[in-house]
Amino acid sequence: MCVHVQKAAGLMSKGSRVADIAVSSGGMGQAGLATSRASVVRRFRRGDSLFRVVTLSAALSVLIILCGVLISLVFGAWPALRQFGLGFFIHTTWNPARDDFGALAAIYGTLVTSVLAMLLAVPVSFGIAVFLTELCPWWMRRPIGIAIELLAGIPSIIYGIWGLFVFLPFVQSVLQPWLIDFFAPIPVLNILFAGPPYGIGVLSAAFILAIMVVPFITAVTRDVFETVPSVLKEAAYGIGATRFEVVRRVVIPYTRTGLVGGVMLGLGRALGETMAVTFVIGNAHTISSSLLAPGTTISAVIANEFSEATDPMYVSSLIALGLILFLITFIVLAISRLLLMRIENAEAK
Amino acid sequence: MNRTLRARRQILSLVIMGLSMAATLFGLGFLALILGTLLFKGLAGLKLSVFTQMTPPPGAKGGLLNAIAGSLVMTTGGVFLGTPIGMLAGIYMAEYGRGTRLTMIVRFINDILLSAPSIIIGLFVYEIYVAEVGHFSGIAGIIALAIMVVPVVVRTTEDMLLLVPGTLKEAAAAMGLPRSIFIRRIGMKAARAGLITGVLLAVARVSGETAPLLFTALSNQFWNWNINEPIANLPMVIFQFALSPYKDWQQLAWTGALLITCAVLALSITARILGAQGTRK
Repeated sequence: MCVHVQKAAGLMSKGSRVADIAVSSGGMGQAGLATSRASVVRRFRRGDSLFRVVTLSAALSVLIILCGVLISLVFGAWPALRQFGLGFFIHTTWNPARDDFGALAAIYGTLVTSVLAMLLAVPVSFGIAVFLTELCPWWMRRPIGIAIELLAGIPSIIYGIWGLFVFLPFVQSVLQPWLIDFFAPIPVLNILFAGPPYGIGVLSAAFILAIMVVPFITAVTRDVFETVPSVLKEAAYGIGATRFEVVRRVVIPYTRTGLVGGVMLGLGRALGETMAVTFVIGNAHTISSSLLAPGTTISAVIANEFSEATDPMYVSSLIALGLILFLITFIVLAISRLLLMRIENAEAK
Repeated sequence: MNRTLRARRQILSLVIMGLSMAATLFGLGFLALILGTLLFKGLAGLKLSVFTQMTPPPGAKGGLLNAIAGSLVMTTGGVFLGTPIGMLAGIYMAEYGRGTRLTMIVRFINDILLSAPSIIIGLFVYEIYVAEVGHFSGIAGIIALAIMVVPVVVRTTEDMLLLVPGTLKEAAAAMGLPRSIFIRRIGMKAARAGLITGVLLAVARVSGETAPLLFTALSNQFWNWNINEPIANLPMVIFQFALSPYKDWQQLAWTGALLITCAVLALSITARILGAQGTRK
């Protein structure tokens, strides 16, 4: 406490106006002192309420941005939604020449790539988080954790160019032929993995998305794993549980809410990811039964076509796609935040 | 019987732990693979001309000077526009509105904005600015980037100010300091390392962003200091050049990708080091 008073006083006296005022008022008479003190207090009060209003409006601007985004999207999407009605959501036709637009192919592509990406990314992320919290020697935890987080910082365009020039050739020449051969004799699954190996396609996009969301899910998972009280784990080890049993029976049940939150956060990211997907998905407005076929996602459509769209109905349809994407990601991210907030609140208590 | 059960449990545990180790190697492997390819492909084209010449027409040789300059201008602009708003909002949440319902709502919305698809921000700025003005411009790009900066800065500012010891505030109050002066002169100073970390993270975040620039700043093949016109920028140039059939363009795209990645990684690592120092104090 005492140290802080000194520190505060020290910071104040460093050329602070406050200190100047205090010094200058020192030499005056009793009456002058009282009035100048009153005026200083008034100035303080005014400055204080002004600053409060300024910060409050900045805080409100965050809400205004979100509302602005929503309103402008609804406004821009209105002509298309009125023209096509519910049909917009259930038609796959996307024909700018005839002004006929349906969003189903893009919505389908967005959901399928994201869900596939989660199927690939979640086990890997959980694995990394288990390694970081249970197995890893102390001195390696920070460096490895940071390395994984750096993956999250790499811009998506980098994943895109890497996917296009490095990953796609590998997929086309190795992975896809192998998948096609492997699943050919298996009924049902051979439909999913049918067709010529183009390289580009839904599965490639899902792979790239998976690599991109692993760091996000890992970071959350690791953080929630670390909230497990060590007494709980020690008790489990004490009665002879193996590492896997501790993770499965103690750590995961204890952190279930947070895990779901982390997965939803990753899903939110995957749904809206644009550049990397645009490079590798093939941009075809079709729904194919094969995961190896080209497809498209909402964000890829917007990224590819928006700057060439001149017709008002075309623009409006693209904005309507944006609105759909915004609503889907908003819901997913909101659920994620609500779940994670529950964990944070519990921890605070 | 008992022994085999125990052995089976042990083996299962070892297998799963082995898999989790493999997952980690997989993750680190991808980081190494991506960085390795970037270095390999990018360094091949890293010549002085990259920094001294403009982006070339198809099939010709050239550099990335205008794109690098444009990226610097727009990132700087976006950060200078977005940081004050973010910091002030963070200050409100941590000081005046600590624990209030409004703060809870703003934090919730802010966290959603933090992960919201960046292409939506591009659409938003297109509608409120580009469509009104009637042309693409650097200003639109700056606004889009600023909107991306705000949530990052809000988050770190609030977190960092909440870490400032309450006794410091009590001491200041006891000496008759008004709250606004305490925040500006003492709270912000105590949290300085963390605040700088937040700004660096925001810079790292927006410097590689492409999607919000697609239909705001667009791009420009020529040198341009006028932010009221389309400005060239590295991410857009990478996007265009990588998808082109010309070898020279693709090479420049790789070199640009290497430059962006180095900048982003350097910023994030610096931010981390600063952040670690800030929390140790």
